[in-house]
Amino acid sequence: MSLSTIMTNYFLRHVQVMLFSLGQLWRQPVASLMTVTVIGIALALPAGLFVLQQNMTTVSEQWDDSNQITLFLKTTVSQVEGKQFSLDLKKWPNIAQVQFQSAQQSLSEFRQLSGLGDLLDSLPNNPLPAVIIIYPAEDIVSPDAIGSLLARLEAMPQVDQAQLDMEWLQRLRSINKTIHRGISILAILLSLSVLLIIGNTIRLAILSRQSEIKVMKLVGATDRFVRRPFLYTGFWYGLLGGILAWITLMITLGVISGPIDELIGHYGSNFDLQWFSVNMLTSLPSIGVVLGAAGAWLAVSRHIHMIEPN
Amino acid sequence: MIQFTDVYKRYPNRYEALSGLSFHLNKGEMAFLTGHSGAGKSTLLKLIALIERSSHGQVLVNKQNLTHLPKGKIPYYRRQIGLVFQDHNLLHDRTVFDNVALPLVIAGENHREIGRRVRASLDKVGLLGKERNLPIALSGGEQQRVGIARAVVNRPAILLADEPTGNLDPDLSRDIMQLFEQFNKVGTTVFIATHDHDLIRTLPYRQIQLHQGRLAQREVE
Repeated sequence: MSLSTIMTNYFLRHVQVMLFSLGQLWRQPVASLMTVTVIGIALALPAGLFVLQQNMTTVSEQWDDSNQITLFLKTTVSQVEGKQFSLDLKKWPNIAQVQFQSAQQSLSEFRQLSGLGDLLDSLPNNPLPAVIIIYPAEDIVSPDAIGSLLARLEAMPQVDQAQLDMEWLQRLRSINKTIHRGISILAILLSLSVLLIIGNTIRLAILSRQSEIKVMKLVGATDRFVRRPFLYTGFWYGLLGGILAWITLMITLGVISGPIDELIGHYGSNFDLQWFSVNMLTSLPSIGVVLGAAGAWLAVSRHIHMIEPN
Repeated sequence: MIQFTDVYKRYPNRYEALSGLSFHLNKGEMAFLTGHSGAGKSTLLKLIALIERSSHGQVLVNKQNLTHLPKGKIPYYRRQIGLVFQDHNLLHDRTVFDNVALPLVIAGENHREIGRRVRASLDKVGLLGKERNLPIALSGGEQQRVGIARAVVNRPAILLADEPTGNLDPDLSRDIMQLFEQFNKVGTTVFIATHDHDLIRTLPYRQIQLHQGRLAQREVE
């Protein structure tokens, strides 16, 4: 027999076993579907959270260049003085651009954004300060440089408070990082449970076919031959679970994308949600297959060699 | 073909199933293994099929010393032996064809060769028309024929049978024995454990009789 014939035979045998395993799942549709669903949910949960978290990262990256400084002026500073102060600041070499906003403008902006107009009308005088927004020069990017600029501005007599807008962004990023890590741990735990679910399902399948395995070994089956269909069963569980996870994710995100778009609309953001990246379609089933095969391997390596004819 | 030299088999509970057993079966011979239940017949067959290993002594089968055969080689060794059981050991969720094909599938034969040899084998046992049936749809005698077809499908040098007629009536038993004789005539070494004395009395083959794990003196030619 030539090498190519041997290879063809080997390949054909694997395809046969693969289809045989799929057929066995098909013959027990309810039990198989339950296992696949559990796997699907366990994979969809972390994947869905990852999608949300990824989008959050995209949003925060859009604001990457917004390291502007907001100066809240003292209320004792008049509008003219404030305007003049902003023009003075513009001459500083490490400031690229300034934007003055009078107390009156602050008030009307707040009225427009908050919708609390009636409440503001009832106040005796304007509680909001005038604001100067400062865009540092392009070469002022390091935290140290910005920090020293901030300190100098804060020391000016007209300034009540200087606030670096990066700060809340950094806070957002820390939160984001924490969430990311949390999701990673969740993903690891759920992957582990997928592994064990498949391992246990395969273990039960092996035990229920004990007498069949004994017969096969009596007529000369190697351990490798006996375990092959079980490994492919694990493969199918993982693959189908992964595909189901993707479908679940698509449906879930489709359902919540409306409200989320609305939420983002309120913040006046201009970005599009990126839900269904193509690699989700390939990565979820791939992860499923790896976990399925590994779980099955766990079961067959422990049980197949222990079942011997007697 | 099969040679036992001073073979002992002790079980962990100190029970000695075989004690100092020696005998020799020639190539192409057909012989019966007789004795009361508990005399060690099944143990002896298990040693030949390497389901068990001897505690002491040497078992040679087809020029291979089973004492030193590594575990990984056992499957390949078993492919040289056809096994027939009292309770058939068929797979009940597979057709007659698939049951008989199993040893060939395991050995990695190609599709066409499997079809040809399974049909030839079923033809020999007279079940050619039933290849699509499930074993459950067959009578006891027919199921045993399927078991025999499976045992001979990869043309083993040795055919071992453990009480193959144990559950069958005398007529069916005679048919089954005739089948074994046919395989023996084409050169297969046949070794049958049985306590069906009425049946084998009429047949001209050697009897190896066990008594409490030893060879009984009476060896009938």
